[in-house]
Amino acid sequence: MWTRLKALIVKELLAILRDPKGRIVLIGPPILQLLIFSFAATLEVSNVDIAYIDRDTGRWGTELIRRIDASSTFREITPLTGMAEARTLLDERDVLAVVRIDQDFSRRIEARRPAQVQILLDGRRSNAAQIVAGYLERIIADLASETPGGKLAASPSETVVVQNWFNPNLTYTWFTVPGLIAVISLLIGLIVTSLSVARERELGTFDQLMVSPLRTHEILIGKTVPPLLIGLFHATLYVLAAIFIFQVPLRGSLFLLYPSLVFYLAAVIGVGLFISSLSATQQQAILGAFLFAAPAVLLSGFATPIDNMPAWLQPLTMLNPLRHFLVVARGVFLKDLPAGEVLADTIPLILIAIATLTAAAWLFRRRME
Amino acid sequence: MTPPAAPTQKSSQGGSPRWRRFRALMVKESLQILRDPSSLLIAVVLPLILLFLFGYGVSLDANRLPVGIVMEAGSPPARDLVAAFQASRFFEARLARDRRELAPDLVAGRIRGIVVIPATFAADLVEGRPAIQVITDGSEPNVASFVQNYARGVVASQLAQQIAEGTRPPPPLATAPRFWFNPGLESRFFLVPGSIVIVMTLIGTLLTALVVAREWERGTMEAMMATPVGIAELLLGKLLPYFALGLGSMILCTSVAVLLFGVPLRGSPLALLALSMAFLCPALGQGLLISAVTKNQFVASQVALLSGFLPSFLLSGFIFEIPSMPLPIQWLTVIIPARYLVPSLQTVFLTGDVWPLFRADIGAMLLIGLVFFVLASRATKKRLV
Repeated sequence: MWTRLKALIVKELLAILRDPKGRIVLIGPPILQLLIFSFAATLEVSNVDIAYIDRDTGRWGTELIRRIDASSTFREITPLTGMAEARTLLDERDVLAVVRIDQDFSRRIEARRPAQVQILLDGRRSNAAQIVAGYLERIIADLASETPGGKLAASPSETVVVQNWFNPNLTYTWFTVPGLIAVISLLIGLIVTSLSVARERELGTFDQLMVSPLRTHEILIGKTVPPLLIGLFHATLYVLAAIFIFQVPLRGSLFLLYPSLVFYLAAVIGVGLFISSLSATQQQAILGAFLFAAPAVLLSGFATPIDNMPAWLQPLTMLNPLRHFLVVARGVFLKDLPAGEVLADTIPLILIAIATLTAAAWLFRRRME
Repeated sequence: MTPPAAPTQKSSQGGSPRWRRFRALMVKESLQILRDPSSLLIAVVLPLILLFLFGYGVSLDANRLPVGIVMEAGSPPARDLVAAFQASRFFEARLARDRRELAPDLVAGRIRGIVVIPATFAADLVEGRPAIQVITDGSEPNVASFVQNYARGVVASQLAQQIAEGTRPPPPLATAPRFWFNPGLESRFFLVPGSIVIVMTLIGTLLTALVVAREWERGTMEAMMATPVGIAELLLGKLLPYFALGLGSMILCTSVAVLLFGVPLRGSPLALLALSMAFLCPALGQGLLISAVTKNQFVASQVALLSGFLPSFLLSGFIFEIPSMPLPIQWLTVIIPARYLVPSLQTVFLTGDVWPLFRADIGAMLLIGLVFFVLASRATKKRLV
């Protein structure tokens, strides 16, 4: 039995790796994805263009603009003469925000009366706009503490002392790269497996496999092991890239990451085999894989947190293997996640893997008869 | 069966043989779409699934962030502040005695932050220099920024209340941020228009690439070329039904966006239509080019996902801001058609008709479309020789 199984696994690996076009697709895109998307997938806000209307004649208005100009967040700061111009720039998305300083700004500050700065923001980009509003408010609060009246009052900005654990400077790649390890492994595992049975059926070699002395469960193992190996190979490549190229700190232990990774890949391969057994053609298999991958990535917490989803949708994400493995991958890298917590997310992965592999085996048997 | 967008009135009986050929070609392509369940899957089911996913599943609005509060001493001002955190609609606050109790929850991701009100808070407040500490979970940077901003907001409104009660002097400088076009700051309002772009990319690029690659694989493309049909006619006849399909799904998505998700449509339908039609040129051209170069369904689908779907999701400004990306990646976005439709479509929905913006974006999309078509027809011709 072992020789048979070994021969099948070698044959499957060769089938995947021998086709030059298929080989390129298997190796090139995942690496490109990692390089491009880990830099692109940032919710950080920098290089922002803004404009200002400064009607103030005193020094405080000029000082505020100087400080905004000095901040590294902003790229171009355009002076405007009136609201009509401001409206055009905001409408055409040339600037994200317009800061408006009124005529009596310096006079009110010198007289120790409350002065106001108006900020107009582009709500079409509400996430960036809120973060920029936060930056501007902090700059304004710093200035406020230096005004004659400000030496008495405490501003909320200095009242709140912030400390970011695990990622003190909120470096975005530290968040994205461990997540991408999970996402790209999912895509690779899914594509390799979903095509495996469908291709044999389309080429007619599936019948040959059925008349061979191999038993059904042996064929299934033979179809599961190669994608598992390929998935592990890719994941290891990304873990190395995360550590050495992206300088993401690895605070936890890889011995916790890998067992979880194996069950995660097994769960994904189960889904892939199920799709593959269900499809009659390669095209259907590709579409089926996409139909699973899109919701799996969107409902995993990869790009936006699960907490933000509506309450009825959140329990559904428990069925998503990516959701659980994301917690482990990010936790092991940044948080030195304790073994108990890793286990708490690995058990669901084991259950999902058992469920998907059993479903795939059942469908596979039914298709064989 | 009437072919969509076909010049039917002109070629009822007679007409030039050219028109008859062209019409026959489009009827054939339209029938092919209608008879193939997988095309309908991409054109109708997939857009709806994606739109629901983006509308419900993807949200940047952090409502009710779970945080822990440590009150080191129970003075009245500290209790007031705790009450303010508990009453805030942004936080789900849980009280604890010691920050060490909460640290494991922060590690496990069960809470997003810890607010520490020190024992000296009441005394510091009298001196006018109160300080509280906010610890965030930096492993999710965007959430961490929101915890910081919301915590400052709670403290600010608490201070404002004391000012109103006359116990504190007013702040010397106040800020009044106003969010235009989307005062409620609902991320859905800009994510749903963005997801329409992704749906149209899928139909334009993935579906076209798959269908035409299948024809190459089966050899029916060569069979078509042996007929008197010219290359331009052939490609155009292939693409027009998909053009109509793309516009149809855009209308379907817009209806769902407006009627179900309540996204306002402040611009004109004319602008919406003009932008969508302009976008379909590069999207279809890209699909055609991919299929002509790869001539293989598997490779075509991978290339279409990698160069069409993923960039329209990640490199278009749909969720992630283009100016925040590193410069080489910003340059790369210049050739992504979706990058020009996302801002314009968000504007049509939320702002209204801003033609200077639309004109520039439509121009860029048509230009990219032209380049794709030229490359695609070259790749097709080369095959024949």
